[in-house]
Amino acid sequence: MNVQTYIIVSLVKIVLTLFILLTGVAYSVWLERKVVGHMQNRWGPTRVGPFGLLQPLADGLKFVFKEDLTPPHVYKPLYIAAPMIAVMFALTSISVIPIGNAVTVGNFSTPIQITDVNIGLLVVLGITSLGVYGVALAGWSSNSKYSLLGGLRASAQMVSYEVSLGLSLIGVLILAGSLSLRDIVLAQRGAYLGFIPHWFFFKGQFFAFFIYLISAYAETNRIPFDLPEAETELVAGYHTEYSSMKFAMFFMAEYANMITVACLATILFFGGWLGPMFGPAWLQETVLPLFYFVAKVFVFIFVYIWVRGTLPRFRYDQLMAFGWKYLLPLAIANLVITALIVALRS
Amino acid sequence: MLHLVLFLIFGAVCIAGAINLLVQRHPINSALSLVVVMGSLAVEYLLLGAEFVAAVQVIVYAGAVMVLFVFVIMLLNAGEEEETRGSRVAILFGIPGLTIGSVLLAWVLIARSGTDAVTLGALPGSPRSIAQLLFKDFLLPFEVTSVLVLIAIMGAVVLAARPEAVEHTKKEG
Repeated sequence: MNVQTYIIVSLVKIVLTLFILLTGVAYSVWLERKVVGHMQNRWGPTRVGPFGLLQPLADGLKFVFKEDLTPPHVYKPLYIAAPMIAVMFALTSISVIPIGNAVTVGNFSTPIQITDVNIGLLVVLGITSLGVYGVALAGWSSNSKYSLLGGLRASAQMVSYEVSLGLSLIGVLILAGSLSLRDIVLAQRGAYLGFIPHWFFFKGQFFAFFIYLISAYAETNRIPFDLPEAETELVAGYHTEYSSMKFAMFFMAEYANMITVACLATILFFGGWLGPMFGPAWLQETVLPLFYFVAKVFVFIFVYIWVRGTLPRFRYDQLMAFGWKYLLPLAIANLVITALIVALRS
Repeated sequence: MLHLVLFLIFGAVCIAGAINLLVQRHPINSALSLVVVMGSLAVEYLLLGAEFVAAVQVIVYAGAVMVLFVFVIMLLNAGEEEETRGSRVAILFGIPGLTIGSVLLAWVLIARSGTDAVTLGALPGSPRSIAQLLFKDFLLPFEVTSVLVLIAIMGAVVLAARPEAVEHTKKEG
């Protein structure tokens, strides 16, 4: 592949991935409002379009046309930069995630992924760990006690849960023997007895999966760990002083992070785009993998919403005690046992 | 060619961040400049082919250590520094010292290093080769370092724990 084709193909992929991600963000918001609505015996959005399907569009327009207020006494450079930092890192982390297998047009074939780096997982972890700056700086620069408390809570919580999140993934890495997300997916091919797939979830990493899921909820500041924006105590937490598109950026960042977390869970524990294959080559190579991947990610998004509709919020000391006293030892135990089993087998 | 251009650009960003770190008077701006320095250093590692070190640099320094810095600055609500005119000793000895030091360093670098440019993948940068180095060739020093870190953590806990808090936990436990 020469340089020009490479650049064009990469640009097309970036634009497409961003478009899909942002549409996904918009419709996860719609899905959340709809599902939580039904759980609470309400209808959710119904007015704009059939089943309220055009509601995200209306919301977006509303955000654009709202007045962009900047309160006095904020520290302006960081107040303006914070939402940009949050949304930038949230959107960047999708770049190394393989969404599907490959596309072939004529004799030209390319993987459905912006770029495959051999430390893909570390790149995702690194970028998401930078995302905390958006939240922390928003809280600090707003010059409001609610924002500051929200920002402090968010940074403490994200730093704490990142440890167990990282440790829960190492078991998978030991089994897969690679940090490249594509290789991790390919290591999960095949099935036991012909129908239980070799996904790492079934290969003994189910504790790791639940540790990952719980820490990921804390990382994305979602119920039951949404203390940074607990509206009953902190108005809206770190984005209290934000309005219009700046608020929308935080909102987009939160949902984009949810989607990234769901993608990672799919890739690391549930076999990525793998699934039963049938039909002609183009179906097997492109359409079915994409379908399986999106379906699995959808399940995780749904579980997010389900949990939100079900669980109450933790108290702050409970959150910290749970993270450090239960989740972290469990993650370490899982890592040691996995390493022992792998070492004994080889 | 592209590598060299990118390397120079990020080197410049790194130095600019470091200078900005010293010039800025508000602690949070200094801390954020340090994040920029860490980030551009990570890119430099990446360009030299040490992708694992680059990722770890971002995760550990930019993602964890600097978050704690920012966290502390936010908690203490540190204000702007007062401007001082600098000490005379620093001017008298610092500037000649710095000049001599950088000349020496430049001389050593020019005299000792070859003319070959570092190419991608020439250095042990992949996770596998680093693991080989850490857990096989240098296992003992690595483990001794981790004991050292553990001692540091215990020291921090002992220094930070207030006596009454220790008494309290003793009664509970």
